[in-house]
Amino acid sequence: MKPFTAALALSLAASLPAAALFAGPAAAAGASDTDAERLARWQEIRTSIFGDKTVEPTETLVAVEAPVRALDAALVPITLTMPEKDKVAGVSLIIDDNPSPYAANITFGPAADPGEIKLRVRVNNYTNVHAVVRMKDGRLFETTKFVKASGGCSAPMGMSDEEAMKGMGDMRMKFSGEPAPGKSTEATLMIRHPNFSGMQMNQVTRDYTPARYIQKVVVAQGGRNILTLDGDISIASNPVINFAFLPEGKAPVTVVASDNQDGRWEHSFPVPAPSN
Amino acid sequence: MAAHDGWRFGARGVRSSRREALFGGLCLCCLPTLGRSAEGFGLDEVGPGIFVRRGPDAEATPDNDDAIANIGFIVGERSVLVTESGGSLADGRWLRGQIRARTDKPISHVVLTHVHPDHCFGAEAFEADKPVFIGHHALRAALDARGEYYRTRLVEILGAEKAGRVVYPTLEVADGAEIDLGGRRLTFHAHGAAHTNCDLSMRDSASGLLFPADLLFVTRIPSLDGSLVGWLKEAEVLKAMGAEKAVPGHGPTLVAFAPAMADLTRYLGTLRDETRKALASDMPIETAVATLGRSEADKWALFDLYHGRNVTQAFKELEWE
Repeated sequence: MKPFTAALALSLAASLPAAALFAGPAAAAGASDTDAERLARWQEIRTSIFGDKTVEPTETLVAVEAPVRALDAALVPITLTMPEKDKVAGVSLIIDDNPSPYAANITFGPAADPGEIKLRVRVNNYTNVHAVVRMKDGRLFETTKFVKASGGCSAPMGMSDEEAMKGMGDMRMKFSGEPAPGKSTEATLMIRHPNFSGMQMNQVTRDYTPARYIQKVVVAQGGRNILTLDGDISIASNPVINFAFLPEGKAPVTVVASDNQDGRWEHSFPVPAPSN
Repeated sequence: MAAHDGWRFGARGVRSSRREALFGGLCLCCLPTLGRSAEGFGLDEVGPGIFVRRGPDAEATPDNDDAIANIGFIVGERSVLVTESGGSLADGRWLRGQIRARTDKPISHVVLTHVHPDHCFGAEAFEADKPVFIGHHALRAALDARGEYYRTRLVEILGAEKAGRVVYPTLEVADGAEIDLGGRRLTFHAHGAAHTNCDLSMRDSASGLLFPADLLFVTRIPSLDGSLVGWLKEAEVLKAMGAEKAVPGHGPTLVAFAPAMADLTRYLGTLRDETRKALASDMPIETAVATLGRSEADKWALFDLYHGRNVTQAFKELEWE
């Protein structure tokens, strides 16, 4: 797929947000693309993901919230809101100009409250970010937001790969809000994982650190699925996902995460007891 | 006017007679022979035989050769030590020219204070002098991870001829080290993760001056690229050294150490405390970036460019506490 190859080649024209050194007038790749070029790219991506299914624009069924200009291209917070949550089956996040645009696909289970989900992503170029919501009746709706950032996928993330891989697979979960029966609870899942994009160079070997990223995260409570996330290299290192679910009983929330190199980690977290 | 700070040595407690003898009383900043890379900033003699160029509080641009850090040199009885190499080959060459305009003594040592390009990309300019390149024991690995990436960015901004190559340390300081230039000894301390993971500080025995490099930012907003908690810890290590005056990595070429460090730790402490509070109240990271630490906004240059990233860094570090 041509546009993706081009994005890969341009990715070295990038600033390193972590070190915050070259914040100057970034010669950002993709900054000068015309609307027509962006639309053509989106049409190509859309077809590759959704085939010939109709994807209707919406101003109400899904919203994507992101900083207009990312301060740190390797950690861009994204919020997806789906107000008609009872009709929502899943949502996809697509970052058109990233080397691998299909950033995340989330499928909600029966224990989910799919009103809002937050993720942190890498953004490699000035790009449109698309959110496509799948309704339970099978219809697809999309909305878009333009984000200015560069270099998020190729920026070295730390001082060494070893450092970045420390504690890989560790997890934490935080619950917030007063738990009450029949009410949804907000949860933040944190996973230690470098999520190497395959575009970060190791200077010792003069080679790229092979891509190693979280491919699937399954979150459930007592056998009821909350959500399943299919991830890719666009997810920021040490992934953090914020979601809501409808707790039932005292069973812990279980998380199974697996990466593209056969890494598999399973953790469970006790759910705070309802106050009444 | 910052460029004329050199004239105010008296006010800083350093006698000006030596400087006048050296430079014939001319203001260096106004000499036409000064390189462009100095951006109008001359060298201040901040102590006997210690010369420092103030880097402007700016980002790397094609016009400034990335000459944005405080770089300089120390002259001993036998040889010269370069305190910071410069932000590019062009900046390093400018500094070497300044050294050669003042002394013929050999350049025996070049300090690479940490991995950031505005401090170590001038090193190539000194390679022909065959000096000892002094760096933190973790610098090599950090340069391996980031050096080529920095060079690529620098080449984009300055062009291949001016950018400079990655130069590795030949003396890797594990904990401490001492160098004798003749008549003065320089003591090095390799710090734990703070501004970066490879910060090296230096103390001069003759003047008592401390060279904390980027462990001390003055006027320019600190950039966090190592560990927030670690930086506050290393600030205590520096304080315990008991230096009265210091040459910060950015800001004026000479400052009273205690109040300057107090400003820095106030910023870092604010960042730490407000981030911990935000985490305890489940504040989302995007809200944290937009709202934390705003009381520091009018206290630092380039705040809008760096502060949000510092909050992001702090958040990433502290959310795993």
